[in-house]
Amino acid sequence: MDIRQVSGDDITRQILEFLSAATGGTALAEDQDYIAEGLVNSIQAVELVTRVEQRFGIEVEVSDLDLDNFRTAGRIADFVRRKRAAAAPDTRDG
Amino acid sequence: MTTDSAVRGPEVPDAHRRGRVKCVVWDLDNTLWNGVLLEGDACDVRPEVVEVIRHLDSVGILHSIASKNDRAAAWQRLTELGLTDLFLHPEIGWQPKSESIQRIAASLNIGLDAIAFVDDQPFELAEVAYAVPEVLRVDVVDLADAIRWPEFEPRFVTEESRNRREMYRTQSVRAEAEREFAGTNEDFLRSLDMVFTIVHAEREHLQRAEELTLRTNQLNSTGRTYSYDELDAIRVRDDHLLLVASLTDTFGSYGTIGLALVEKGDLHWDLRLLLMSCRVVSRGVGMVLLNHVTRLARDDGATLRADFVETGRNRMMQVTYAFAGFREIARDGDRVVLERDADLELPEASYVRLVTDPIRTATP
Repeated sequence: MDIRQVSGDDITRQILEFLSAATGGTALAEDQDYIAEGLVNSIQAVELVTRVEQRFGIEVEVSDLDLDNFRTAGRIADFVRRKRAAAAPDTRDG
Repeated sequence: MTTDSAVRGPEVPDAHRRGRVKCVVWDLDNTLWNGVLLEGDACDVRPEVVEVIRHLDSVGILHSIASKNDRAAAWQRLTELGLTDLFLHPEIGWQPKSESIQRIAASLNIGLDAIAFVDDQPFELAEVAYAVPEVLRVDVVDLADAIRWPEFEPRFVTEESRNRREMYRTQSVRAEAEREFAGTNEDFLRSLDMVFTIVHAEREHLQRAEELTLRTNQLNSTGRTYSYDELDAIRVRDDHLLLVASLTDTFGSYGTIGLALVEKGDLHWDLRLLLMSCRVVSRGVGMVLLNHVTRLARDDGATLRADFVETGRNRMMQVTYAFAGFREIARDGDRVVLERDADLELPEASYVRLVTDPIRTATP
């Protein structure tokens, strides 16, 4: 699938799916703080970051590695949308 | 000692030879025992070979088997000789020995260059030389000389080394249980009854601590190495904390697998080094050690800062810090200082029981 065709809601859904798989089938809510609940270990955390980069065609830079960008599925989706908006080519005239 | 290239390994600089072998793979017929099993020979064990195996085992080198033989008959003979416990992931069958060696390396999760192969047949030594040239090859007639090569002399011999075989055996039982477990990852972790123990480093921990600073890459915050003497000096200083962590579960011990080196200040503590062995990376205990240090700092009225150096191999540690609420506050090239958000709650890993010793000064 072309990453540009992924709609906003799809982003959240895909992140939830991945989080659920990474935590061994735990069903998570969009606003659930899965990190505070200790549901991911270091491997799963780095896998999550890598997966988000590959799936949505963004680069998670050191300054992006912030708990506030990652602590819920909803926040990750917001972060992805911000990164993609910032990376989108400027198509304005003039 | 022969210098025939068929009975040595690849050319390796001397500095990299020391302690390179982590597992020796043995032939059986006319190597471990005299004669050929399937030809009805008595197959008396060669005591000098068993002595070599037991010696290497005691310094932490593992052993396996690559033998072209009838599996049941060979295992029966090994059982009669009381030797089965010494060998991990034995490959007994009719496949090429290079294939057996690759399977053993994969099962142990070690590189081919960490394997030595001992056989009496020039054909087998040549086949291995051709297909897996990284493997160190030894003709059994050269065994007495070969075990004096630096490849068979580990850099460290610690309590961990002596228990290494048992730990690998436990690990394969544990991995099997994990594969067969029906339930969530969290349920599995809970079922392990893990006990994570954090203590102040005593002298007996220092060799392993030094080894950890050298061998740990992925979950290592700075990649800095410390010698035994440096660590010994640090552990008795009042303004420093040197903590070591170990983990056990229902299957057995993982050994000493974590280390934290902290410099204590009035307003903030600096975590100079945090590392966690790859053995336990899927157990979620890296966060537990980090949170414990955070708690100690907070109880002392200090915020926790941490040194981080991007080594190209430790992004996992960077993400671990980020997910534990640390943010960059200063940077000089690849060297970063992180600080934890002081208002953030400290999560408890519910499936690990934490055991700690009280804060005190280490005894010199």
